[in-house]
Amino acid sequence: MLAFIGRRLLQSVLVMLTVALIAFAMFRYVGDPIVSMVGQDTTEAQRAELRESLGLNDPFVVQYARFVSNAAQGNFGISYRQRQPVSDLIEQRLPATLELSFVSALMALAFGIPMGIYTALRRHGVLSRAFMALSLAGISLPTFLIGILLILVFSVQLRWLPSFGRGEVIAIGGWTTGLLTPSGLAALILPAITLALFQMTLIMRLVRAEMLEILRADFIKFARARGLPQRLINFRHALKNTLVPVITITGLQLGSIIAFAIITETVFQWPGMGLLFIQAISTVDIPVMAAYLVLTAFFFVLINLIVDILYVVVDPRLRVQSK
Amino acid sequence: MIARLAPLFARAADSDLWYSFKRTPSAVISAVITLVIVVGALCAPFIAPHNPFDLASLNIMDANTPPAWNPEGTTDFLLGTDDQGRDILSAILYGSRVSLFVGFASVLFSMVLGVSLGLISGYVGGRVDSIIMRIADVQLSFPAILIALLIDGVARGLLPRDMHDQLALYVLIFAIGISGWVQYARTVRGSTMVERNKEYVQAAKLIGIGPLTILRRHILPNVMGPVLVIATIHLAIAIITEATLSFLGVGVPPTAPSLGTLIRIGNSYLFSGMWWISIFPGIALVALVLSVNLLGDWLRDALNPKLR
Amino acid sequence: MALLDIARMRIEFASRRGTLVAVDGVSLSLDRGEILGVVGESGAGKSTIGNAVIGLLEYPGRLAGGEVHLDGQRIDTLSESDKRKVRGRRIGMIFQDPLTSLDPLQTVESQLVETMLVHLDLSHAQAQQRAVDLLRQVGIDQPELRVKQYPHQFSGGMRQRVVIALALCCEPEIIIADEPTTALDVSIQAQILDLLRKLCKEKQVGMIIITHDMGVIADITDRVAVLYRGKLVEQGPTAKILGNPDHPYTRSLISAVPRPDIKLRRFPLVTYIEDVKTPVKPMDIATHWLGQRRDFGEHVDGPLVQVQDIGMRFVLKSAFLVRHRRTLDAVKQVNFSIAQGEVFGLVGESGSGKSTVARLISGLYTPSGGSVIFNGTNLTTLKDEKRMNAFRRQIQMVFQDPFSSLNPRMRVLDIVAEPIRFHKLADNEAQTRSIVSDLLDVVGLGASAASRYPHEFSGGQRQRICIARALATRPRFLICDEPTSALDVSIQAQILNLLKDLQEQLGLTMLFISHDLPVIRQMCDRVGVMRHGELLEVADTETLFKSPQHEYSRHLLNLMPQLQAMSRESLEIEATTV
Repeated sequence: MLAFIGRRLLQSVLVMLTVALIAFAMFRYVGDPIVSMVGQDTTEAQRAELRESLGLNDPFVVQYARFVSNAAQGNFGISYRQRQPVSDLIEQRLPATLELSFVSALMALAFGIPMGIYTALRRHGVLSRAFMALSLAGISLPTFLIGILLILVFSVQLRWLPSFGRGEVIAIGGWTTGLLTPSGLAALILPAITLALFQMTLIMRLVRAEMLEILRADFIKFARARGLPQRLINFRHALKNTLVPVITITGLQLGSIIAFAIITETVFQWPGMGLLFIQAISTVDIPVMAAYLVLTAFFFVLINLIVDILYVVVDPRLRVQSK
Repeated sequence: MIARLAPLFARAADSDLWYSFKRTPSAVISAVITLVIVVGALCAPFIAPHNPFDLASLNIMDANTPPAWNPEGTTDFLLGTDDQGRDILSAILYGSRVSLFVGFASVLFSMVLGVSLGLISGYVGGRVDSIIMRIADVQLSFPAILIALLIDGVARGLLPRDMHDQLALYVLIFAIGISGWVQYARTVRGSTMVERNKEYVQAAKLIGIGPLTILRRHILPNVMGPVLVIATIHLAIAIITEATLSFLGVGVPPTAPSLGTLIRIGNSYLFSGMWWISIFPGIALVALVLSVNLLGDWLRDALNPKLR
Repeated sequence: MALLDIARMRIEFASRRGTLVAVDGVSLSLDRGEILGVVGESGAGKSTIGNAVIGLLEYPGRLAGGEVHLDGQRIDTLSESDKRKVRGRRIGMIFQDPLTSLDPLQTVESQLVETMLVHLDLSHAQAQQRAVDLLRQVGIDQPELRVKQYPHQFSGGMRQRVVIALALCCEPEIIIADEPTTALDVSIQAQILDLLRKLCKEKQVGMIIITHDMGVIADITDRVAVLYRGKLVEQGPTAKILGNPDHPYTRSLISAVPRPDIKLRRFPLVTYIEDVKTPVKPMDIATHWLGQRRDFGEHVDGPLVQVQDIGMRFVLKSAFLVRHRRTLDAVKQVNFSIAQGEVFGLVGESGSGKSTVARLISGLYTPSGGSVIFNGTNLTTLKDEKRMNAFRRQIQMVFQDPFSSLNPRMRVLDIVAEPIRFHKLADNEAQTRSIVSDLLDVVGLGASAASRYPHEFSGGQRQRICIARALATRPRFLICDEPTSALDVSIQAQILNLLKDLQEQLGLTMLFISHDLPVIRQMCDRVGVMRHGELLEVADTETLFKSPQHEYSRHLLNLMPQLQAMSRESLEIEATTV
């Protein structure tokens, strides 16, 4: 068990290093950092000096190592566009994205899993069919369209909820939160629903498919042959066996919420990392892009690690050596 | 040629798949809708009432006309016009072309790449398999949309401006395609590993047939089933991804607007009450994706041997 | 009054192509403490009856007629919740595959306890104590320890014991066992059958055993019911049914079971089956294509096939450090040789390595040690592809599983023609087609089979296609790896006769692999016995059967079902020997 965790940790570190490599490659080779940093009238000699002082003439491996150690401390250099340290920008924006992602993830799980179970157990009921229709809409509507529609209905027509910004925020330490103010919460609702809908639908369909598959298994048939009541079979045997494979995929899905936040933040002008990233792409602001890449990868890898460990804890076949 | 195809059609017509198709109303309806949109897109140059890209034909006086059933609308512009005077209906027809082109092309690219890698990985095994699966795992650490965005961003940085516009469409196809191959590869790899242990493959080896021929003649036809299901789902995702990227401004170039671009253009006018500029392309997009999804659902149920 | 009374049961399945009648008017009865065997070949409907009695018939099947009474009470018309109370409490069921019958995420204890708590009025602690007792009764050591373990921590035979404990835990009156030992090894089979018989007699439980295996029937049943295509053909005491059956189907079925006691010239056919193919046309080897132009080159003196010190090591868990690697020696230092024209048999249980040896000889696996010498040439060290292909033409194989040995997407014509086309054995396409038609005739399928697909054929017919494919290169040496293990007894006889005929007519050298001793006795000249990768004994067939040398050989011979009870002298006359 310990060996397993050790191996996974090693794997995660390797993945992070690979990501760092890609980020670094972007940094060095896409566009000229010097050109983006200085004005038009710096002389060639000054540029050469700058290049030397920034260590841009050092061998690849040295520069890469420097990049990695900097990144580990949160130092990603200066944004080309905004002329601020990237780490400052991140600090300002990260709480917004994380809060939004977290609330959405919670919504997606809290609704997706029960709906999935329900539609698997009562396949032909009216409510089930309604859920299935809803799920179809959920995966057919692009996130941005959902956002636009919600804005149209709730902001423009009904004027109930705000359509941009975060509302009032309260700073606690280095973190700014919108969860403690009424306007903050109101501003969170529409973006959270938009972000959660796609994930929720995906989770619901996944849970349903897995559960239907499990309900056809031999051991379920044997349980019925023993006269166990259907409820017991559903919730003790089928559900547990369903959740095991679902855990892995759900983990992956939730990790991708952070990336999908990009879209939601754009539609709702939510001041988070995603919006920053999009602006960085159109202005080719490499340091910001690199930082976003590394940060997102980090969260993703972390979530995957947690999910894998959870998997081993839940499934006894992986824990105990089989005879 | 016809003589050779005839038994194939006879077999298809008698097959369980066609039988299931005829009896599933949702499948038939979605197939019809998809067909309508595809045909409409293909024939856009012939059936669109106006050409929205011919700058000469645009009249700024026509701008911001509401749809035909509105008292201020005209039947000349059935679904209204945008801020430049472009006919929304025609824009949708041309836009669908781009959306469908990017969608199909990316799926094709993903499929070819993923299936090939999956076959090799599953059949050869060993180190090659480990390497390919490692790469797949690393890539799975990222959401597809992020990968697509990154590739797009990097391309933007690497290529000079005008060249980027020309190649933008292909960069996009490449980006979406690369972000999607893993699913195919994993599935095909799993099926390949099952098939390669089957006795008909061993019989082929015993005859002396080489690995490439075995892959092509024996394994490939038997692993393609699930691939088709994945492809339909992937098509829906690819179309949505392209629309999303275009909406964000980093997708197709402005010279070839897709449905996503149209929605983006109209987004700024939502508050001023000119809802039709965004909503109609939105409806077209949703109709397309919905139909593809329904077809994918039906296909998956129909091909699942355990449900029969 | 009988404990279980099934009267005129009729089960139908609605399908796309009309209504299929799976069970037609079957009546059975079972008394307390009695073991009834329900025997039939695949498709006879026996499992369906079991499912229907317990009320678990799956859509689109439905009970279309008849009645089922348990101890006088009618149970087939009960409400669903009442049926549920009967299941487990009054009727217990055992399925075939112990691997998939248990919930992998629950301990054995929790599965036993939950069943008992549902049906019996016990406290949790009492149920736990009973669980331990049950495990002890079914013969599991250290039950207090094992009860808290998970299913994957038990071996196959042990798991089936757990399944039996689960079926018995609520003290049912009847047990229905659906092929309870088919998925197990021969030695384990015997143990499980003993256990079942002991438990039944002790607890006076009535048991229905559903099986296709005559050996099981002979071993533990008191009465037997024979099913054919959904109809009850004959029913009565086991001794009578096996020894002197009335119905012609039963007679030919019994006679088709390979005899362990003497060697017959040919396998008697089950002539009652309607679709026995027209007899194979005898070939005139002098003019037939199969006898022509066999370019084998010089025949070197000595045995045709020689296996020297051959070994196969599989890496189970690869690791960076060599000492952490786990390996399995599937084959260890095996030595034997096969003379030209001889039929050599390899017998052993699953895991003995016999199939691995077959694959080593044919070149599908590369041995970790030792060599394979064919007609004087060492195949193991042969690197040249061209020469290797020449040898590939001479060595061919017939596989075990007729359902995975043919590419489902290729037509029969292409399947059989593949080797011909690859080795360019014909001058043009037209000649290829005629050769294929010929081969299909030789194996008894007829030329019209060429344009069809594998799924249109039954198991036995598919095996014929495999034989046709194997013959297409006009091989000298044919390896048969359990060619009939997956087939019904009636089909088995046909295929084995076909192989025998071909071997004689074409002078083939054969390596015949099986776990079924009676079949080996009928087919082979010499036999090798394998266990755990080692070749324990090699002898002439008759010598081995009459006076085995090695202790393990004796053990295997003892396990053979003693079908002497089946008096067959009177049936010899009936057995047709076409």
